[in-house]
Amino acid sequence: MEHLTFDYPARRVVAARSHVGVVGSGDLEVLLAPNDAMQARVVVNTSVDGYGHIWKSVLDRFFTRYDGAASIEINDFGATPGVVALRLAEAAEEAEGMQGARA
Amino acid sequence: MNETTPLSRGQRWFRALAGDAAGNAPVSPIWYADAPLCDESARFIAVVPDADNRFPRARENVVGLEQGWRLARAVREVVDADARAERRRPIVAIVDVKGQAYGYREETLGIHLACAAAVDAYASARLAGHPIVALIVGPAMSGAFLAHGYQANRILALDAPGTMVHAMGKEAAARVTRRCVEALDALGETITPMSYSLAAFAKLGLLDRLIDGVDADAPTDEQVARVRQILADTAASARCGPSDLSRRLDSDTARTTRAASIEVRRRMAMQWDAGESA
Amino acid sequence: MNLASTMAAPHFAATDSFIELAARERARRLLDADTFRELLGPFDRITSPWLPLQGIVCQADDGAIVARGTIDGMPAVVAAIESAFQGGSIGEVSGSKIAAALELALRDCERGKIVRPVIVFETGGVRLQEANLGLAVIAEIQAAIVALRRYVPVVGVIAGMVGCFGGMSLAAALCTRLIMTRQGRLGMNGPEVIEQEAGIEELDASDRRRIWQLIGGEQRVATGLADTLVDDDAQVIGAAVRAAFAAGVPDVHRSEAVERYLSLLSGVTPETVTPEAMRALFGGASSNRDERRLDR
Repeated sequence: MEHLTFDYPARRVVAARSHVGVVGSGDLEVLLAPNDAMQARVVVNTSVDGYGHIWKSVLDRFFTRYDGAASIEINDFGATPGVVALRLAEAAEEAEGMQGARA
Repeated sequence: MNETTPLSRGQRWFRALAGDAAGNAPVSPIWYADAPLCDESARFIAVVPDADNRFPRARENVVGLEQGWRLARAVREVVDADARAERRRPIVAIVDVKGQAYGYREETLGIHLACAAAVDAYASARLAGHPIVALIVGPAMSGAFLAHGYQANRILALDAPGTMVHAMGKEAAARVTRRCVEALDALGETITPMSYSLAAFAKLGLLDRLIDGVDADAPTDEQVARVRQILADTAASARCGPSDLSRRLDSDTARTTRAASIEVRRRMAMQWDAGESA
Repeated sequence: MNLASTMAAPHFAATDSFIELAARERARRLLDADTFRELLGPFDRITSPWLPLQGIVCQADDGAIVARGTIDGMPAVVAAIESAFQGGSIGEVSGSKIAAALELALRDCERGKIVRPVIVFETGGVRLQEANLGLAVIAEIQAAIVALRRYVPVVGVIAGMVGCFGGMSLAAALCTRLIMTRQGRLGMNGPEVIEQEAGIEELDASDRRRIWQLIGGEQRVATGLADTLVDDDAQVIGAAVRAAFAAGVPDVHRSEAVERYLSLLSGVTPETVTPEAMRALFGGASSNRDERRLDR
């Protein structure tokens, strides 16, 4: 089990929080909440060791388009990068209130 | 019963505590009798092996279909008898159960309901004011312990080889979790709720007393007398306490090892009424 | 009934499937619209103290969702188990959340304020990684159900696909009324465990059709061990839950009918226990649902 932390710059305040996903095999949950500081911090708890570089790659990609000052917690049970990206997008959307997200 | 078959612990302790009282002809698989406990009458109930049980997979000291429903009957009979009494007599569950019965007949015919009936009876008796004391003299496993003992106001255990509380037998748990037995033992050393030792179980705050110095297989008269006194004192204490299970979280031990259980209740109570949402 | 063909045929696919909903959404759908309010949700972050010690990643709600709201306008609380996390198994926190919800509902009921409790059972039973605490909290859940159902029906829903097994099957059996889908199963020991402990001749865990014949929703309702058989549809299940409350508290709960079941058991021939024989002997739900029975 690994705990990884990543920081990204932010440019706008995040108003709401959101939660998506489940910690099932091949899946993950994402908790997104406003961060106090004008930056984004991601904490990843993952059951699969040794993929820090993949996490960085997926998160780098997410944050090229996301600039909210969010505190994001990820609890991961072996999801693929594609599923991670999907859940992050869902969490961001739900917080923006753009769509009624599925729980 | 075959006279050359050694008595099970449940049988031995039932005989020792409830006596060979004349007129009591205990019928397997549930032995029950009313016998003196210091200055009052108490009902003693034990689950014992039943070599002639109609259900072939329920012949050892297990809780199967008949065991579940008959436990319920043994408890409800005394609840009904004392319904108008000023004082409800104690009920002592002598616990020596290696598990629930495993079989397709059991599942088909609703063993889950049979066990629930026993849970229901014990819980209802407790709510009616009967002090329920569980005395663990052997294994107290899984669904069988849920049915026979775990609804008690107080839980006592003999500190002796062969007594244990757990959700699944070690070999079965090893198979299910795909670990070896030694690995499970090692886990139990650092993860208290996974341990098979009674000392670890005691750290969960669920055990009121671990009774040492007693030979569980061949107790002396002195040891039986001591256990009997402890039972009487415990029943008296239970009578003065709450009829729910709240006491289990009300000890220094529980505050240490079950801090999360306590925190859940504390914080949910704060959020229960609107205005304090998650 | 052939479960496989039912699930393969597209025109039987439910458009408002309850089974496919995650636990949180199930709780939301069972409560009156717009009344859902979660207690101790993921942002409260009360998680298992025991899983990280074993290198297992926690879910922020520990796999149990508790939400208040109303049902038919009356105060209610729903506890729904998330089977995607650790098979819905009960740990110290998830079990305590369910127990606490029932205990608080009881406290309100004792003060004259009725709260309608619903439990959505989707669980394999005790979480072995928390063994003795899982078992202990299940005993606490059971105690709370027995106390609470004197005031208000305690309604259980078993939808599938995990079903309800282990110590929680006893809790389900203590409920006032049980609502099951055909896909749901209710049994004490999982088929794999029976095969493992008693051998494949006793039960072949891979024989899905047989498993459902023995312990599936249709069989359980047909033999009176559950009360209402429903389609996998969120609206239908919600309606069944409301009806279960409307029917009120019975004089005798199923788990109190001791003499009745001892009598039925005595009529069983252990050599020939079959699902059909049991239906003939035990009768259907209508023979014991809401009956005012004086005998136990």
